[in-house]
Amino acid sequence: MMPRSDVPVAGSFYDRTGKYRWIVAEWMMSTDHKRIGVMYLMALLSFFSVGVVLGFLIRLSLLSPGWLVDQQTYNELFTLHGVIQIFLFIIPGIPVAFGNIFIPLLIGARDVAFPRINRLSWWLYVTGAVIILLSLFMHGRPPDTGWTFYVPYSIRTPANISTAVLGVFVLGFSSILTGLNFVTTIHRMRAPGMTWFRMPAFVWTLYATGWVQMLATPVLAITLLFIILGRFFGVGFFDPAKGGDPILYEHLFWMYSHPAVYIMVLPAMGIISEIVPVFSRRALFGYTAVCLSALGIAIVGYAVWGHHMFTSGMSDTARVIFSFVTFLVAIPSGVKIFNWVSTLYKGSIALDAPLIFALSFIFLFSIGGLTGLIIGSLAPNLHLHGTYFIVGHFHYVMFGGAGFSILAGLHYWFPKITGRMYSEKKAKIGWLNLFVGFNILYFSMFVLGFQGMPRRYFDYPSQYHMNHVISTVGSWFLAVGLIIIFWNLIRAVFNGEKASMNPWGGKTLEWTISSPPPHENFREIPVISRGPYPYDEEAVR
Amino acid sequence: MSTETGHVDHLGKKMGMWFFLFTEILFFGGMFLLYAIFRSKYAQAFHAVAAEENLLLGTINTVILLTSSFTIALSIAAVKRGENILSSHLQLATILMGFAFLVIKVFEWNAKITLGLYPDSPLLLKRGKGEILFFGLYYVITGLHGLHVLVGCIVIAFMLFFTRRKTIDRGNYARLENTGLYWHFVDIVWIYLYPLFYLIT
Repeated sequence: MMPRSDVPVAGSFYDRTGKYRWIVAEWMMSTDHKRIGVMYLMALLSFFSVGVVLGFLIRLSLLSPGWLVDQQTYNELFTLHGVIQIFLFIIPGIPVAFGNIFIPLLIGARDVAFPRINRLSWWLYVTGAVIILLSLFMHGRPPDTGWTFYVPYSIRTPANISTAVLGVFVLGFSSILTGLNFVTTIHRMRAPGMTWFRMPAFVWTLYATGWVQMLATPVLAITLLFIILGRFFGVGFFDPAKGGDPILYEHLFWMYSHPAVYIMVLPAMGIISEIVPVFSRRALFGYTAVCLSALGIAIVGYAVWGHHMFTSGMSDTARVIFSFVTFLVAIPSGVKIFNWVSTLYKGSIALDAPLIFALSFIFLFSIGGLTGLIIGSLAPNLHLHGTYFIVGHFHYVMFGGAGFSILAGLHYWFPKITGRMYSEKKAKIGWLNLFVGFNILYFSMFVLGFQGMPRRYFDYPSQYHMNHVISTVGSWFLAVGLIIIFWNLIRAVFNGEKASMNPWGGKTLEWTISSPPPHENFREIPVISRGPYPYDEEAVR
Repeated sequence: MSTETGHVDHLGKKMGMWFFLFTEILFFGGMFLLYAIFRSKYAQAFHAVAAEENLLLGTINTVILLTSSFTIALSIAAVKRGENILSSHLQLATILMGFAFLVIKVFEWNAKITLGLYPDSPLLLKRGKGEILFFGLYYVITGLHGLHVLVGCIVIAFMLFFTRRKTIDRGNYARLENTGLYWHFVDIVWIYLYPLFYLIT
């Protein structure tokens, strides 16, 4: 741990600007990337909590089907769980919260390229979220199709699909504008001397993510629009009776939604690439390869969507190609994993909370990735498609990957964002509960899926009962872990010890300014003359 | 919070606009993809039913939109030479042509709807699947394209206001240039729609 440096603080971005009388108006009208990021972060964590509660209820209901909710409510529960966690939490997730707060700080800029468009995308996010929530309370039933809105059911069900889909459409707009803003920022706003290969790895991943956000989201937008047009005007592009084809919907949907997986997980990998060097006091091993592998994943990620549809009806040629390309994703992912581990090797490791979360990410994401290879190959996929194995796989990747990475980033940057420090001990106790609970909860899903338990089913034969009970018990540990973690952080916001400028000994630019950062970040724009992780040079000296 | 330090990054603004146009290309790309798939499936029907489109009005609209692209390009050239008044007249001409395009479109749609040809209409459902799809695509794609034309007209109206107020001038015309890019994009989409719906007979 570095000694506390007491550099005079020139105010923080939380200070009132006095432009508006009401604090809510001042924040909502703000174009400061840090304020927008903080608002996003709070919104995301709130939606995450709601999503966790819904997931918790799903697990409780599966203890003994029917004791808690009826079938229809169960369908609505898993739909909402998916819609909220995916569209409101994890897709916007890291870019809008940590990306907003830290891209300008990491590249030495005062703000993003288009501050007002940034504010617009925050407003659109809020609007989209409100529309989705409206679909729950409007006249009629909440959506019950699952988060994928598959046709023909999504066109025929009497539930409020159009409202929910419109909300997702608006969120997509927000996502596009964020991606566009970040890519332009990274091109145009880097501090003097900050060449492409002096950028922190996190910025690289957000660059790749920005491109995916721009080039994938519009396809989802048009697809969702077709659902609305189908429901209101009877346009039958997906209706065989009118010449259409429901498989087309699946293609269009996954053409976006598979790249979207990389919108979720690429920046997560970026956070890990920041944390691992800092806590092992070593330069990121294979820095260039790690950065380029982000682009590699983004590019290959466009050509693998078919692996979601191996059982939907596709030619064998197409399936073999999709399966092969899916395997290619493992190469850049593997590059990252090996480089993180190599960074740790012979490092001077400080096992603080951020690193513990980061290491859990590496472990859990590896399991998620390797099980991905199992279901990416054609023969096992036929057996495992649409089972709990898939559910286990994507929770390992999404929650164990992106979710743990958000927690890692939250603990890593918490002192910078809030200017306070949390209790290290409580963070670790929370982590232990979360980690143990997570593995009990989701590993039993692999077993269930392998035994043939289909996903989204309300009821099951008694042979699956034992594993469902184990899984549900795991969810209790997981919930306790999350409660401890968030309680620890919330308490620290109000009562935590004051954090220093650089509590972890980080070398990137955000640690050179006060915590929390002042308005406009840098008094003078820094001039960069070295790479982002100069630990080895220091050791030589 | 305001980072308006007086320095404006023109290149950055243009870059942002090009990125936005990429997303628009993918948005329309989704529709062109459907068109391609359905046309290859029902090639005969598509060719036969395209004859029911009003070729004359479609051609007039193409001419109008191409001309409007020309006037918006001229308006940018005028601003660059400091001739704000001339530029605003050219922008007004662009808006008027945009509206003319939309009015003609409304007449076209109206004629079809009076005949009973619209998505899910009893008359249309009695016809072949290829024809149902053709008219579905026709209404959806030209409808969304029309929406883009309308948005473009509104944006140009704002630019007209800025040009008159001289907040757009010789030294600061990135907004107008970006609006021009958008208008050209809308125009180019139509250049593809015109043969796909009117000329494939």
